[in-house]
Amino acid sequence: MDAAKGSVGDTEKAMSGAEFGLAISVFLACTVEAVEALTIVLAVGSARSWRSALYGVGAAVLSLAVLIAALGPALTALPIGVLRVVVGGLLLIFGLQWLRKAILRAAGLKALHDEAAAYGIETDQARAAGEAPTSGLDGYSFTIALKGVLLEGLEVAFIVLTFGANQHRVGLAAIAAGVAVALVAGAGVLARAPLARVPENLMKFAVGVMLTSFGIFWSAEGAGTSWPGGDAALLAVIPGVVAASVAMIAWLRAGARETPPVKATG
Amino acid sequence: MNRLAKAVWEFVVGDDWVTAAGVAVAIGLTAVIASAGTASWWVMPIAVLVLLAASLRRPR
Repeated sequence: MDAAKGSVGDTEKAMSGAEFGLAISVFLACTVEAVEALTIVLAVGSARSWRSALYGVGAAVLSLAVLIAALGPALTALPIGVLRVVVGGLLLIFGLQWLRKAILRAAGLKALHDEAAAYGIETDQARAAGEAPTSGLDGYSFTIALKGVLLEGLEVAFIVLTFGANQHRVGLAAIAAGVAVALVAGAGVLARAPLARVPENLMKFAVGVMLTSFGIFWSAEGAGTSWPGGDAALLAVIPGVVAASVAMIAWLRAGARETPPVKATG
Repeated sequence: MNRLAKAVWEFVVGDDWVTAAGVAVAIGLTAVIASAGTASWWVMPIAVLVLLAASLRRPR
């Protein structure tokens, strides 16, 4: 793929189709995970200590940035064939997990993630943990915010690293992730409430499709395949994955008509 | 070290090792067919279709 010949962090040159796919995938994945992390931070911040929760967020973001900065150059140093097999395989495993959950949710066989309900549960737990100290750091708020952001962020860091390293555009992937975090954080500050109206499952479906499609493409290339049409084969692979996924949703819905709908959970 | 390996396994593979193993087998099959000089691009799309359908049929 020509895009792989670019230099790390070179975000000024024109984006290829694959790089655009990279940016969109990272942006959507990061938005979804940031929405979920925001719910946790808002809950502990409003119920206990904003200062401690924000310290926890800062510590988690710093840890993720260090992880990306450390592993990014190491990954991009791998031979391109090895890199594509490893990255393609990992993206496929991750993408299939995202896609499976999104398909099950779309078919009504798995509960949709409800940010308002999750916020209520987190807030109740934060209040039940006792009084926050009036001075100094609140360990509960710090730990919960740190853990929440780190766990949600690890998956995004993984996507940034794998997608970015394979395209030799870790910088572009990191920028896409940063824009998503900034947008979600800004929306959270304005709303002062969990972003319950974000179409999370649709976004997760899109991320699953992109990770799976690029995973198919790169793992096959890394294993020695030449795709008919070269990079243009992605224009068939992506719609193919969408069509197969939509068909599977219809297949599952048809099979589930007899069973009662699943209630939303937090 | 064991805990780190377990955490990485949980993070990457999760509770669906069958899909992960299936992906590894499909990549290996692609490499074998490609090394024989035969077109092998079709292996991964078909494998993914089968793996996804199979994972949806497993208990949730």
